[in-house]
Amino acid sequence: MGSLRKTTTVIIGAGHAGLAMSKCLSDLGVDHIVLERGQVANSWCAERWDSLRLLTPNWQSRLPGYSYKGDEPNGYRSMPEVIQFISDYANFISAPVQVNTNVLKVRATEYGFKLLTSQGEWECKTLVVASGACNIPNVPKIAKNIASKLETFTPIQYRNPDQLPQGGVLVVGASATGVQLANEIHLSGRPVTLSVGEHVRVPRFYRGRDIKWWMDASGLLDESYDEIDDLRRARRVPSLQLTGSKNPIILDLNHLSSIGVKLVGRVAGMNEGSLQISGSLKNITKLADLKMDRLLDGIDEWAEKNFLNGEIGKSERFKTTNVDESPSLAIDITSGEVKTIIWATGFRPDLSWLDVPVLNHKGEIRHNGGIVEYPGMYLLGMQFLRKRKSSLIDGAGDDARFLSKHLRAYIDGSLT
Amino acid sequence: MTNSESTVNNGVNVEALLGAREALSDAPEAAQFSWRASCEWKKGTHSRTVVEGYYGLGEEHSHKTSFSFDADHPETFAAEDNGATPVEIVLVGLASCLTAGIAAVAQHRDIQIHSCKATIEGGMDIQGILGVDSEVRNGFNGIRVHYDIDADATEDEISALVAQSQKRSAVYDVVTNPTNVTVDVN
Repeated sequence: MGSLRKTTTVIIGAGHAGLAMSKCLSDLGVDHIVLERGQVANSWCAERWDSLRLLTPNWQSRLPGYSYKGDEPNGYRSMPEVIQFISDYANFISAPVQVNTNVLKVRATEYGFKLLTSQGEWECKTLVVASGACNIPNVPKIAKNIASKLETFTPIQYRNPDQLPQGGVLVVGASATGVQLANEIHLSGRPVTLSVGEHVRVPRFYRGRDIKWWMDASGLLDESYDEIDDLRRARRVPSLQLTGSKNPIILDLNHLSSIGVKLVGRVAGMNEGSLQISGSLKNITKLADLKMDRLLDGIDEWAEKNFLNGEIGKSERFKTTNVDESPSLAIDITSGEVKTIIWATGFRPDLSWLDVPVLNHKGEIRHNGGIVEYPGMYLLGMQFLRKRKSSLIDGAGDDARFLSKHLRAYIDGSLT
Repeated sequence: MTNSESTVNNGVNVEALLGAREALSDAPEAAQFSWRASCEWKKGTHSRTVVEGYYGLGEEHSHKTSFSFDADHPETFAAEDNGATPVEIVLVGLASCLTAGIAAVAQHRDIQIHSCKATIEGGMDIQGILGVDSEVRNGFNGIRVHYDIDADATEDEISALVAQSQKRSAVYDVVTNPTNVTVDVN
């Protein structure tokens, strides 16, 4: 353990969000350090499957003072490319990153905050939590009872289909992770059943453009947290059902069932050796179809108003999701038909090191657009933190610009 | 969104519901409710169930009046038909829960409903309850609900009301998902 070091601001996490904040603080002349448990872009290095590509096109990852300069603006970055991009950014802005420094405990002091790390103690006046929204896989409680009977994987452990035994695979969850894994595992020759809960269906392309282009251009991604009707819900919306690939496809449930993936409802419980499946699949897919059509209606309206109609493809609607008349309501996990379960059921942040009283009863940090309830503490990189795009690499810039100014004013004692 | 100038009136106090949601998300213990009924055997398959009190918001409550429900089986089952069969009462619960949900969601979305009628049908193979074939389940093999709705909204908006009401319905959840049931006896 080294001696106690002091700085004005400690940023926890050297991912895109922490680095964007570092750049903004440097611009404002705020002395700071970025503490990183592993390497820069650690989650992308250590906790993602091999075939994953960013869901946003290359042009869309804009960070303060930095953007894509290559010749494939519409491509989607592979994981090595994401790591390269974020590492290049850290170098470009000369971020003061201290790697291999695990934050073990943070508590409030009279001065501000005191951090116990694997590399000694730090004291700071202000703290920025940018340690990520996806540290711990959210698996349902019943997963414990199943672990002894089948091979189970979370998306953090999964790399590629070769890890899995031959035989059937149940993928639980049909957001971006679930549909991508269901697709590649099915193509590896293992029959896949996909358990479908609430999801957000969107087409990869619409009227000849990437859906992310539409969401960006029409201002949808810039919608602010204080204008949203149901913020609590907006912060919990699952990831868009998308894939970024070398040869991009519309990876929806209709595509998956056309290649032979079996669709069933949400996993609802377990009774002896049988997983019980909810009978709500029809409504779940109906909700997603209707919601997609509302999004496309909004895009069409915006295109009409902005005189884009001559330049872009025709308006279209996609086939409604086709599900069996009576999908299975149970999966026998003792019959040997299913050998592996993959829990693609979302993630949550790891805040086990945080000993400042700012958590609500669900263990989430209480904050107002990233300004944490505890003075001098800030949060970044969470879903809909300040804008719909807050969880994207492209969203970190606006949030960091705003919050760094607030932080500077707090230090100066000039907050109004 | 609902506002004070809105002329839409489905008779649902959405402000109160939204207020409750806001208040309860910070006080989850007050959100713990307990619903009760007491059932007494009359004769044969006839019973009468009374609903009176419930617990919620941290205290006991009573309905304005007590409600009673006769249940029996029809003459086809060699019974006296003093009331609806219990499975029909399940259909009553599901249809009325979904319908209440539609009215509430419509109010919240500023949609005036003129009429809303549901027909509900549950299919059953009674070889299950009679013990003829142990592979046949006792309960419904499927439930179909059909809505006829006249409202100031597009077809898609009406579909979305019906879908959202299923998403938020307690009885829909009870019927589509498993629940632990514990029965004991003095």
